[in-house]
Amino acid sequence: MNLFPFLVAVWLAAVGLYGVVTSRHFVHLVISLSVMQASTYVLLLAVGYRTGAKAPVFADIPARSRIVDPVVQALTLTDVVVEATVSALLLALAVQAHKRFGTVDPDELGALRG
Amino acid sequence: MLFLPAVLLLAAGLVWAVTELPAFGHYSGVYGLTLEHVALGQRRATDIVSPVTFDYRGVDTLGEEFILFAAAVGCAILLRSQRDEEVTEAASERAAARAEEVRRPVRALAAVLVAPAVVLGAYIVAHGHLTPGGGFQGGVILASATVLVYAGGQAVAFRRVSPEPALELADGVGAAGFALVAIGGLMFGLAALHNFLPLGTQSQLLSAGMLPLLNLSVGIEVAGAVTLIISEFVDQTLLRSRRR
Repeated sequence: MNLFPFLVAVWLAAVGLYGVVTSRHFVHLVISLSVMQASTYVLLLAVGYRTGAKAPVFADIPARSRIVDPVVQALTLTDVVVEATVSALLLALAVQAHKRFGTVDPDELGALRG
Repeated sequence: MLFLPAVLLLAAGLVWAVTELPAFGHYSGVYGLTLEHVALGQRRATDIVSPVTFDYRGVDTLGEEFILFAAAVGCAILLRSQRDEEVTEAASERAAARAEEVRRPVRALAAVLVAPAVVLGAYIVAHGHLTPGGGFQGGVILASATVLVYAGGQAVAFRRVSPEPALELADGVGAAGFALVAIGGLMFGLAALHNFLPLGTQSQLLSAGMLPLLNLSVGIEVAGAVTLIISEFVDQTLLRSRRR
């Protein structure tokens, strides 16, 4: 059984999580989070793949062709948009944190609060 | 050092989980397999992802669009709070100085790429129901055209080609347009998001019912929202590099 695409997703989730946990900088943290979220794109597209099937676009293939699942592709589109908005908001919060507390290190920020 | 065992445990759990998934290449979800046979006939859109996004899962996309809308407004609120006129003037001086710093070839390349980016973005939006693409993808390409203006060192021109009221308007009009098309079905005695336009001939630019209309409104909204978010960050860059 070919597990490779799923293992890529697992790997992306793991390295992304490692980045988030060990992060010393808010921008680095946001990028790590997007890496982690990239694992969901790979997972969704891998789940919807069918061997020998074409992309779900009938512009230049016969109408009776086997196609890969279009639903997970639409879900991936939603996923990408949500990821972009989350990144934008988190980066805006990072700018605000730097303004208020003069630091972009999540650990130092906790020390300030505590 | 609790982290290493924890991550190993998590990785083991994830690997275990994926081995239980349907084997790669043998997807058998009923939803997708049904659409493979009925989507082309029902919607006459050759890019099946497009009717799935805007029609079969239209409510989902309506929510997604308002997530983007809320995020753009949230970014504007978060970043705009500490800006006053005096600092803004200083920032525009800084922007003029920045134009000198950017190298000539970079400026030339950015200037050359702006028009193709606009055309490509409009094409991707307009052909969303025929070929891969659509409002979200095309909208981001359109937004990248204004970013190219900024990348070319033209921070003042960036503000001029994308004035904030216009961006907010595009953001709002796009979101409202989608919602209006969505409830348009109600006026014809149909369900919300039900197609109320003629399906037309397959592979024609104006076909697939209201998909082009939805793609257009999403394209306008995404272009406005993404440019608005980026322009807020650009403002921060200009304000803060001045202070340093």
